[in-house]
Amino acid sequence: MESRRVVVTGTGVISAIGKNTPSFWESIVACKSGIGPYASPFADQIRFKNGADVKDFLPSSYLEKNDLDLMDRFAQFAVIAAREAIQQSGFVIDEENKYRTAVICGTSIGGVHAQEQSYFELYRENKTRVHPLTIPKTMPNGAASNISMQLGITGPIYTISTACASSNHAIGNAFWLIRNGVCDQAIAGGSETPFTYTFLKAWEAIRVVAPDTCRPFSKTRQGMILGEGAGLLMMESLESAQKRGAAILAEVVGFGMTSDASHITKPDQKGAEEAMRMALRDGGVHPAQIGYINAHGTGTLVNDSMEVAAIKNVFGEHANRLAISSTKSLHGHALGATSSLEAIATVMAIKEGILPPTANFEEKDEACDMDVVPNASRKKDIEYALSNAFAFGGLNAVLAFKKWQD
Amino acid sequence: MSELVFEKIATLLSTKKGINKELINIDSSFEDLGLDSLDSIELIADMEEAFNVTIPNTELQGIKTVKNVVDGLAIAMKG
Repeated sequence: MESRRVVVTGTGVISAIGKNTPSFWESIVACKSGIGPYASPFADQIRFKNGADVKDFLPSSYLEKNDLDLMDRFAQFAVIAAREAIQQSGFVIDEENKYRTAVICGTSIGGVHAQEQSYFELYRENKTRVHPLTIPKTMPNGAASNISMQLGITGPIYTISTACASSNHAIGNAFWLIRNGVCDQAIAGGSETPFTYTFLKAWEAIRVVAPDTCRPFSKTRQGMILGEGAGLLMMESLESAQKRGAAILAEVVGFGMTSDASHITKPDQKGAEEAMRMALRDGGVHPAQIGYINAHGTGTLVNDSMEVAAIKNVFGEHANRLAISSTKSLHGHALGATSSLEAIATVMAIKEGILPPTANFEEKDEACDMDVVPNASRKKDIEYALSNAFAFGGLNAVLAFKKWQD
Repeated sequence: MSELVFEKIATLLSTKKGINKELINIDSSFEDLGLDSLDSIELIADMEEAFNVTIPNTELQGIKTVKNVVDGLAIAMKG
């Protein structure tokens, strides 16, 4: 079977810098960061004080009470973002297409708020029973399943959990399903809501969170900043989009995934390089055609220098003309959802001809000597872009996008 | 006090990481002992717990030897 072209026709976002795609993109263009003191009753017991959590989120303004009862915060975010993506695309689920549509939703940790609540009641309050819906709210596929139920989608529905690469793996899987004719449409991305006491304590313990803010590629960088959010992309075959006369935002052209098999947290340069090469090969893209990379760019000492070295090896001389940036400096590191937010930023960058900035940049580091679009977005037309994700566990996933031209 | 701290480090490394205590001395580097970054974070967390102190992230990059841990603990206890 001839492989098909795959396009993005809708995006949906919940994030610290916007609760829909237009406000998310507006913040990126304005270089307005969502990092600041996070809301938690336990904040005074955590060493790091800043995060990129979603403020003023009122679930009842989006969802009915009966539906809300079934959803942990991460599932609520996912359903809201999925609705936005499908609404923008104009796609209508019907009896004919519902089995030909997939939902693939990434998450690193799933419904941890419901889990935490049950632990609190058992261990702290010495209760003998927990809420009867703890299991469906906690299960990592809660987001994907609730999207399918809310939208009436009955094709392949599943969850991918590969830590901070979960969403890129989800989007890449959806891309291949559509390209290979398994499905005609897919809603793919990820959702994550890690601001629980346990997870804040766990991130404190592993010593990679910055005390102030996230400064990717800057010599003064001191680590990552935890974020939360959801990003979902409506993807479909070119034929499906054109038949409906849908507006196309960008084309997905390549996907590469590798693993390091070396260290559980320390990234390996070769694994990152091979994932980028694989995405380029998969899309039939020459390295010199890439104009922008949305970097994994966590803001840790180890990741950022490794990533720049990997990019330089893959792109050679072209690295000097290539712009990269880390939007984690704006929306934080939303773990299993982060690469979906970054994929959407990349789609918008290509569509609008604007490079997203790396915020909070202070001082050049020789080990990260590339054009990182510091502190201000920049107008520039790009035809092809990559979006990188390199996760704990040594799991790498890279997407390649192309500007849509009729 | 520093002898007590050293003894605690040696005990932790031998029981948790299986390192022969006789091979551990005050000048041993984490690299010499075959410890990676996660091992060192674990050791420092155990020491914080044992002595009820906090070693800030900003100090962490400089801690690469057993002596660095002993000195770091001493500063943290004074602070």
